[in-house]
Amino acid sequence: MPELLKLTTKDFKTDQEVRWCPGCGDYAILAAVQGFMPSLGIAREDIVFVSGIGCSSRFPYYMNTYGLHSIHGRAPAIATGLAASRPDLSVWVVTGDGDALSIGGNHLIHALRRNVNLKILLFNNRIYGLTKGQYSPTSELGKITKSTPYGSLDAPFNPVSLALGAEATFVARTIDSDRKHLTSVLQAAAEHQGTALIEIYQNCNIFNDGAFENLKDNSVRDRHLIRLEHGQPIAFGAEDERYGIVRMPDATLKVVPLEQAGDSVLIHDAHAPEPDLAFALSRLPDPATLSPTPIGVFRDVTRPTYDQLMADQLDDAARKLGSGKLAELLTGSDTWTIS
Amino acid sequence: MTKQVEKVDRVIIRFAGDSGDGMQLTGDRFTSETAAFGNDLSTLPDFPAEIRAPAGTLPGVSAFQLHFADHDILTPGDAPDVLVAMNPAALKANLKDVPRGGTVIVNTDEFTPRALTKVGYAADPLEDGSLDGYKVHRVALTTQTVKVLEGFDISRKDAERAKNMYSLGLLSWLYHRPTEATVTFLEKKFAKKPTIAAANVAAFRAGWNYGETTEDFVVSYEIAPAPMPQGTYRNIHGNLALAYGLIAAGHQSGLPLFLGAYPITPASDILHELSKHKNHGVRTFQAEDEIAGIGAALGASFGGALGVTTTSGPGIALKGETIGLAVSLELPLVICDIQRGGPSTGLPTKTEQSDLLLAMFGRNGEAPVPIVAPRSPADCFDAALEAVRIAVTYRTPVFLLSDGYLANGSEPWHIPDVADLPEIAPNFAAGPNKVHEDGSEEFWPFLRDPETLARPWAIPGTAGLEHRIGGIEKQDGTGNISYDPANHDLMVRTRAAKVAGIAIPDLEVDDPSGEAKILVLGWGSTYGPIQAACRQVRRGGQQVAHAHLRHLNPFPANLGRILKEYDRVLIPEMNLGQLSMLIRARYLVDAVGYNQVRGLPFKAAELAEVIKNLIESDAVAKVGV
Repeated sequence: MPELLKLTTKDFKTDQEVRWCPGCGDYAILAAVQGFMPSLGIAREDIVFVSGIGCSSRFPYYMNTYGLHSIHGRAPAIATGLAASRPDLSVWVVTGDGDALSIGGNHLIHALRRNVNLKILLFNNRIYGLTKGQYSPTSELGKITKSTPYGSLDAPFNPVSLALGAEATFVARTIDSDRKHLTSVLQAAAEHQGTALIEIYQNCNIFNDGAFENLKDNSVRDRHLIRLEHGQPIAFGAEDERYGIVRMPDATLKVVPLEQAGDSVLIHDAHAPEPDLAFALSRLPDPATLSPTPIGVFRDVTRPTYDQLMADQLDDAARKLGSGKLAELLTGSDTWTIS
Repeated sequence: MTKQVEKVDRVIIRFAGDSGDGMQLTGDRFTSETAAFGNDLSTLPDFPAEIRAPAGTLPGVSAFQLHFADHDILTPGDAPDVLVAMNPAALKANLKDVPRGGTVIVNTDEFTPRALTKVGYAADPLEDGSLDGYKVHRVALTTQTVKVLEGFDISRKDAERAKNMYSLGLLSWLYHRPTEATVTFLEKKFAKKPTIAAANVAAFRAGWNYGETTEDFVVSYEIAPAPMPQGTYRNIHGNLALAYGLIAAGHQSGLPLFLGAYPITPASDILHELSKHKNHGVRTFQAEDEIAGIGAALGASFGGALGVTTTSGPGIALKGETIGLAVSLELPLVICDIQRGGPSTGLPTKTEQSDLLLAMFGRNGEAPVPIVAPRSPADCFDAALEAVRIAVTYRTPVFLLSDGYLANGSEPWHIPDVADLPEIAPNFAAGPNKVHEDGSEEFWPFLRDPETLARPWAIPGTAGLEHRIGGIEKQDGTGNISYDPANHDLMVRTRAAKVAGIAIPDLEVDDPSGEAKILVLGWGSTYGPIQAACRQVRRGGQQVAHAHLRHLNPFPANLGRILKEYDRVLIPEMNLGQLSMLIRARYLVDAVGYNQVRGLPFKAAELAEVIKNLIESDAVAKVGV
């Protein structure tokens, strides 16, 4: 019974020394997740954190739940097998931009379309950290790194756009340092039935410091951040300079001064059956400045989960055919007997 | 006229036609009739990878060979006594395998100038004397089938397609096969198209009646049932037996079976089969790729399921990293590799044993994995149970190395009594296993069973045993991350010792006289041909011993001693000497290889020659000394 569980943040900490670089954004995310977990009312033994490879993927070692630190890119596949065979568990995947979008891109998109009951935390720092500073699939075009001294040549992925295109039922974005917002998004993801993808902008202070400074700096962030809330107008800006998002006749979105927009400011609908508004919102930011960046829940719709459908098929089969009898199966219908 | 009936002790029939001619179905039906009749039998389907290769071409020929007898047989036979050739391509591709004096039944309707030219016949082989020396039956199979079906409301194409059933009827008459089951089968198969069902049954019966009435066939043959131990039997293919073995292992262990797989020839039938048995608690997951297939299976194992993945060589190449992770996590996992011709895509529908060293060594780091290999189609059942026993008992991934020949071949299976199947105990961890000096208790995920060296398997949902494990080296006992040099050395050696110490039965040697100087050592699907070859050699008055490995890692404890008891060791393999390499390295035995990679099983007669030559050269060598 959840109400009888009196767990605290401390219950979710392990005795392992946390081995991220001092100042890494991962610390803030870890603290937020550990602080959030007791509110779930789920016993520690029924929670599993699965990760791949990369800085973020050390996360399970620091959560006092069941944990599996696997191999590069494969966490969504491994977690799919776990969640599909154990629908009773709360399964969380921790991954990074390289792990999820480069080597593990295939598993990510298929987990999303299947709607397995997984909560995927994608720490996006737009750089490879553990391998010491190569560009990642979310790095901006022309990024100068150790492996791209003349600038990177490949256009980046937008993880939210990608997830929406992969039939995801829940897609959100948040920021490592905004604990309150991060917690609210975790809450919404936990309540969602099926795969939830949360992109967390996370600062790598060693190899890509300040990548999200516009979105984190208290003095300027309001000018660049759109806080999406279901049922609320999509608006942002500093007190003296507010903007609203409106849809143009050609269906594209446009940022206009709020007073000018009037009633035509779009109302956010995270539960819209089609993801077109969510997708359009994901395309708003200028790739170079990341302004304006919507954070919050882009999409949250209901679709049967893979693990439940799989369990239902087993139950149906048992109901229709009876629980399987091994001797009957082995004998089959086409036998002969030697006496 | 009264027809003669001849008694024979065994027959090898090969049905050959276009990929679309239904030869596999025809062969399967003839096999079922033969199994029901009580003959011992062994089958060899041989078909192209293309679903419908260009009609009438040599690459498009699909064949099915069946060997059946009134006694215990071991192989699908070296050379067919009877060839049924549905077109010129089938004749051209297969005639070379039929010894002179053999029977050839041809569908004359297909021997048109165009069809002959297509496969490079300059003249009609039915007319130019190239079939002299064979007993040739010229049957207008297509015309006769279409004629029989004139009264049916079906297209000409559908009528023509029933010619395989006409030929099946004829062969069924020729060999006194029971027919009821085929009629029932056709009615069931075409239940939704009753007219097609009736037409096929009519064609089948007409073929039988043709044999009964035509003067072309004056003799029919009887092959008495084979004496077999008491019990209930069914005919079974290797992939089906393997799937049943996995389901049985689920029952015997009480673990829910979870298959993560990506379709690949010749393993897909296991996925198809397991997906039917959801009422046995079987979950099948068709993954986005090979890596996800094994990843999901490993994730399910972490959650307390019996995780299994099925694939062929190319899939193993992709799964290597995850197999290494399973070695490191020390979780049960069964990896079924239904081997096929390689490298790369190779020969998807043909058999080979060339993944042994891949299974043995194909991972980064020191990553030992036990290997179990079935020896015959029906044996896939027992081998699957054994693989699961090892995986669960020792918390380790295990390779089950089958191959295309076992997968698609079939033989009678003595259905086991469920009460006789081995129990497999998962023994999940239920509480702390480490008591500290101050009396406090803790759960250590890598504190091992002193006897098996297996670590505890604590599954999510078990309160108090929450733990974190991963692919990074772990400290002995606690399982915490450790880069300590001495600890890594200890862990590598411990994982190796665990696999080396797996309890497996001693190897048995088949050496009836006890006087053999030559040992033939094999593994996997070569059992039938090697054993048949040894019997041939012994019938010729010479002595030879045969030992066949089910376990390739670890090897049986008595293998080294056995190898040294013989003057020479011959190792036939469908690869270029992979077991030979292991044996030579491990036991310093100067083993002789006999190696073929032709996509087909060994021929017993050929192996018998090799053995005889070795016996004789060995004798000569000794005289020389």
